[in-house]
Amino acid sequence: MKVKVLCRNPDDYVRETKKDIQRVPRNYDPTLHPFEVPREYTRALNAIKLERVFAKPFLASLDGHRDGVNCMAKHPKSLATILSGACDGEVKIWNLTKRQCTRTLQAHEGFVRGLCVRFCGTSFYTVGDDKTVKHWSMESPGSEEQEEPLHTILGKTVYTGIDHHWKDAVFATCGQQVDIWDEQRSSPMRSFTWGVDSICSVKFNPIETYLLGSCSSDRNIVLYDMRQATPLKKVILAMRSNTLCWNPMEAFIFTAANEDYNLYTFDMRFLDTPVMVHMDHVSAVLDVDYSPTGKEFVSASFDKSIRIFPADKGHSREVYHTKRMQHVISVKWSSDNRYILCGSDEMNIRIWKANASEKLGVLAPREKAALNYSQKLKEKFQHHPQIKRIARHRHLPRAIYSQAKEQRIMREARRRKEMNRRKHSKPGSVPLVPEKKKHIVAVVK
Amino acid sequence: MAVGGSETEAKRPVNVGGKDKSRTVKKIKRYWDESQTKESATDTPRTEEPRDDGEKSAEKRKRKPRERRQKRLGGRKQMSGKVDLFPGPASIPQQKIMKFERGEKTKLGQVSNRKLKGHLKTLETKVKLAKTQAARFDLLLPEEAGFLEGDEGEDTCTIQQEDIVDAVDITSGSKHFNLVLNQFGPYRLNYTRNGRYLLLGGRRGHVAAMDWHAKSLMCEMNVMESINDVKWLHTENMFAVAQKKWLYVYDNQGVELHCVKKFNDVLKMEFLPYHFLLATCSATGFLQYLDISVGKEIAAICTKAGRLDVMAQNPHNAIIHLGHPNGTVSLWSPNLKEPLVKMLCHKAAVRAVTVDNTGKYMITSGLDRKLKVYDVRMYRLLHSYVIPFGASHLSFSQKSLLAAGCGDTVQVYKDVHVKPARKPYMVHRVQQGVHGIQFCPYEDVLGIGHGEGFTSMLVPGAGEANFDALENNPFRSRKQRQEWEVKALLEKVQPDLITLEPGILGEVDFLTMEQKHKERVERLGFDPLAKEKFEPKHKKKGRSSTGQLLKRKKMVAEEEQRKLIRESVEEKLQQEKEKKKSEKMALLGQKSALDRFKK
Repeated sequence: MKVKVLCRNPDDYVRETKKDIQRVPRNYDPTLHPFEVPREYTRALNAIKLERVFAKPFLASLDGHRDGVNCMAKHPKSLATILSGACDGEVKIWNLTKRQCTRTLQAHEGFVRGLCVRFCGTSFYTVGDDKTVKHWSMESPGSEEQEEPLHTILGKTVYTGIDHHWKDAVFATCGQQVDIWDEQRSSPMRSFTWGVDSICSVKFNPIETYLLGSCSSDRNIVLYDMRQATPLKKVILAMRSNTLCWNPMEAFIFTAANEDYNLYTFDMRFLDTPVMVHMDHVSAVLDVDYSPTGKEFVSASFDKSIRIFPADKGHSREVYHTKRMQHVISVKWSSDNRYILCGSDEMNIRIWKANASEKLGVLAPREKAALNYSQKLKEKFQHHPQIKRIARHRHLPRAIYSQAKEQRIMREARRRKEMNRRKHSKPGSVPLVPEKKKHIVAVVK
Repeated sequence: MAVGGSETEAKRPVNVGGKDKSRTVKKIKRYWDESQTKESATDTPRTEEPRDDGEKSAEKRKRKPRERRQKRLGGRKQMSGKVDLFPGPASIPQQKIMKFERGEKTKLGQVSNRKLKGHLKTLETKVKLAKTQAARFDLLLPEEAGFLEGDEGEDTCTIQQEDIVDAVDITSGSKHFNLVLNQFGPYRLNYTRNGRYLLLGGRRGHVAAMDWHAKSLMCEMNVMESINDVKWLHTENMFAVAQKKWLYVYDNQGVELHCVKKFNDVLKMEFLPYHFLLATCSATGFLQYLDISVGKEIAAICTKAGRLDVMAQNPHNAIIHLGHPNGTVSLWSPNLKEPLVKMLCHKAAVRAVTVDNTGKYMITSGLDRKLKVYDVRMYRLLHSYVIPFGASHLSFSQKSLLAAGCGDTVQVYKDVHVKPARKPYMVHRVQQGVHGIQFCPYEDVLGIGHGEGFTSMLVPGAGEANFDALENNPFRSRKQRQEWEVKALLEKVQPDLITLEPGILGEVDFLTMEQKHKERVERLGFDPLAKEKFEPKHKKKGRSSTGQLLKRKKMVAEEEQRKLIRESVEEKLQQEKEKKKSEKMALLGQKSALDRFKK
């Protein structure tokens, strides 16, 4: 007779001293782990609930401006520094880690219309209602000295926006026309005009650095090549676009914030249909900024909220609002992809987390592993109705909520009417126009 | 691998020695030098520069396949001149990987969306990696399962417990013991899920809880009422006792925590550990579920099947199996008032039911003295045995040994679901009738409760050798248990997820998708996912004349037409087949109700 009976030596399974960690032998045999799918589902449900519990995105508010914050600029070299320009002509430089204003300067009379930092981070440019472009040093002057710009360019018309080239000593301003300036000269290198209307924003492409995009108030988005004498092409939309932002990862993609409550992501090669129409705002969208990964962007709206959209989705994944925040005029996504800054009408700059439930600070390895695991679970079960419902639920202010509801009803009515018209007219006489094509009037080359 | 390496090393000096003798070379050859002889070249697996002698050409030809093989395997020459014969990770037998298979592979050929295809492809590679890693980890498990083999011509069923105790070590031997409790018997028993603690409940009110490894008693009392069943709850801190009238919950010191008066006349209980549900069946025909984490009754189902005293749970999907006096076995979930399935298993009353750990096989025994093995996935009878006296109690071990209590003997069968067993694997006789049996999890032990007390019987090969400490740990400390309790409560599975197929939650829900799509089409007035109408491309070089365009359009249109025709023809054929079948059935005549008993 040959026999063996299971006999475990406790020394192999129990820790030796109290200072050791406990021994945890594993066996991955599926029969020892029944109900793996329902248990994972339960874990995913718990994870999604905890995510909503910990979603506290608001970090701080920077106050000090004496008028609405009209524009902001990120520092290209320092994560802790941002600049903001207000409607009373004041520019402030902030230290984000200390949440303090480090420098204040009276840059213009009237609004500061535009603000941009030179790519080296040593100086910045401002344009204002007083028809000037001013070049400032990032260093604050000595205690005795006056705040004086390094350069001042007096123009003939009001400048409404400015952007600096990402590599060269060139910047662009917009107003009645788009001007390309050499830093050393006091007259523009080149001026682009197409039509007669005023241009409200101009942006350099961060990858193909000689490309520019601008939005003008005659409902156009115009693209320029700095090396050419004439603009490249333009697309005419149904309503005016306020600003645009280039995707920092895909050279040919940009997103425009439009007055008709939508944002449009375009591929600059095919302007006749936008890649995606992003709808969720209930009032004009005033500003947009891409995350450094190019996967998401944040938009600021007149409806007193900011929203985060995935670049390839039609609806927002997140909405931020507070009781005190008024119309949001400018918004920026920080270069470390973790924070969002928004400047609003009531003179405050607010700092938000880009990921609402993220835990700030250094994570322990086990914490990190647990987060990764729950992230994966959420991803795996994201389409289950229960989980989807919890993940999507957001509290909205009554104004936005009722407005959104009203607009939904209106949209539905319009669609129904069109459907009825199609049903009762000759087949083919009322064609189906997809949502993407509805808002594009024409493309001109 | 290590064995191979040492072999080659052992051979080399011998070769060198032989070569030294045959050739009188002045220079002393070292084994790491490039070997020159034919002999060593064939023996040692190292590659070497072929010399350009004429006589070597034959050898070169001979050696080539090996070199090629080494190249294929990625065998590299190392500093010492040795070649790794088994480069890369060791291969794992397919059988081992199969164990960790979860569902079928996605057929990428059917996926038309490029993005989705890429996503699925990466997912597949991840799944494959996980499978192989789990299988590889399986090789490192420390313990090996027990076994019992008789000598030639010796049946294992003739081997007595005393012989086994003599043959094994003292600690294992001490796991066979008898508790003589002849006053309050017969006894029901229950082990905790980690196999560490034992609960005994005598018919006449005696309850004892003990750590049976250390043989230390936790509590002992007499509830002064008759006891129908005892069950541990999720930890060894609480247990439920079904007494004459009501259900009671005690803690491990024997202090009464609850008296659940909603649960009366309970005869049998099952604890569903992942749902924290205590399922009870009563003499009044009610199947009730008690959520022990919140203390609420989840469901009370009137089964309308009379007195319920045969009950088992399917550990794979938490479905309760009830056996009835009319020979049927019904399957229940707390979400439905009707049985999910009703099977006619025996021609007489069902005496015992049990389901194996994988949830594939159900064993029933009836008053007709038959023991039947069913496949619960297909509800099909696999084997049927006749057992002398019939089995009154059944229990499955983790390694799929089946224990059957018949009168005062306990028989243990091996592989009943694989092939018909002729003889039991082991037999043990107790003094009085068996009243309850259960295999101890993670141990080679079968607990038998009977009229004269309790017997712990050694059954080699019954228990799972390697436990997973995050699930059940027999050696867990108090802190670990507390931690585990919190984790387990957090991931408590909701009772409405109890279904016949627990994995259904992870599958694609086609039905809802189709329904939603239909609703959407109705709402929008057009199909947003519809295939775009074929517009022939404008081809250059004069190939795009109007005639050509028309031709291309026509081609596509005809293709669609052809598909339609093919479908309609298939449908017609199907209909004809069905019609023929029904006619045939009609010819055979009316089926009587008794036909179902035909074998």
